[in-house]
Amino acid sequence: MSGPPGPQSANLADLLERILDKGIVIVGDIRVNLLDIELLTIKLRLLVASVDRAKEMGIDWWEHDPSLSSRARQVEGGAEDDLREENRRLCERVAALEAHQQSVREKGEAS
Amino acid sequence: MTGTAVYLYGVARGLDPATLGGTSGVSGAPVRSVVVGGLTALVSTVGTDDYGEAALRANLEDLAWLEEAARAHHKVVDRAARAAPTAPVRIATLYRDDARVAEILVEENDRFGEVLDSIAGRLEWGVKVYASPDAPAGPPTDPPSPSPVVAPAGTGGAGTAYLRRRQDERRHREDAGRRVAARAAGIHAELAEHAVAARHHPPQDPRLSGRAGTQILNAAYLLDDAREAGFLAVTRATADRLADVEVEVTGPWPPYSFIDANAASSATAAGGKAP
Repeated sequence: MSGPPGPQSANLADLLERILDKGIVIVGDIRVNLLDIELLTIKLRLLVASVDRAKEMGIDWWEHDPSLSSRARQVEGGAEDDLREENRRLCERVAALEAHQQSVREKGEAS
Repeated sequence: MTGTAVYLYGVARGLDPATLGGTSGVSGAPVRSVVVGGLTALVSTVGTDDYGEAALRANLEDLAWLEEAARAHHKVVDRAARAAPTAPVRIATLYRDDARVAEILVEENDRFGEVLDSIAGRLEWGVKVYASPDAPAGPPTDPPSPSPVVAPAGTGGAGTAYLRRRQDERRHREDAGRRVAARAAGIHAELAEHAVAARHHPPQDPRLSGRAGTQILNAAYLLDDAREAGFLAVTRATADRLADVEVEVTGPWPPYSFIDANAASSATAAGGKAP
């Protein structure tokens, strides 16, 4: 390795995931609603994290990390994904049952 | 410029004031220090036209502005962290003047002390691991998992066959995913042995990581200075041993990822003492 990269070369994703919602929180004299920053964080996370694709592969380590999973909004997003996935599974099961019923009926007619 | 405010980057302990000489921070403003006891607050004077309440709210939504501010914030914290234990403060923490910053150093003295104790002599390293886009991430010779097929084979029409094929495809993908996850967990466990603490970050989108492969690990490790060489040797050995993954190491970083979330939330509660 030819020496660690300096701060200038830090890529934006690496930088933002460390800076944006980390660091000691002290109340300042100018009140920035932290919620505003968190909303921004979430918007960026949509861009930063290809969460859906990773989840599809069964990779979900970050959900077990307390520092990441403690965010309620993240959980909400996850719940939505779960619903979508469950919905997809149910659709497949209905289709499978219909196909099965169809084949049973065909067999009944044949005999 | 309608007014000014004091931007706080972080708090260091035992920092040589010469370290920050000539450093410029957010808005290109020079960085100063406010010293109380052994603690040094790193600050800059900024204009409220950029850092006032309303301006800040708008600016934080502007990615270009945010990037510039984040890079400047990082540059200051980074320079201090390489010289002395430095606790980063949340971006966009602003005070009326230096006297208020000095008050905060006194009020929050214990908390800063605790955080600084936990990171003294330690820096953060980032490790990202990518599985190559095409290669299967693991031996393809795994025995196929027993398939719990409901309908007996041979029955059913084209629809059932289609569904079964889809199910097989999905199972295949899930198996591949499990192998990838197991591999990532293995690499992580090996690296974590060298670290005081470790944190996972969510995977990054290829548009931002600039890599085609799937990011299978994105983690931060807090290392004692003495363990750095050993840790980096492990990352190199991992990269050499595993042909179908790429290992990217970043750092050293100020220990951003290891600022205790609980310390932060208790601060919020303490700060919000107004009814």
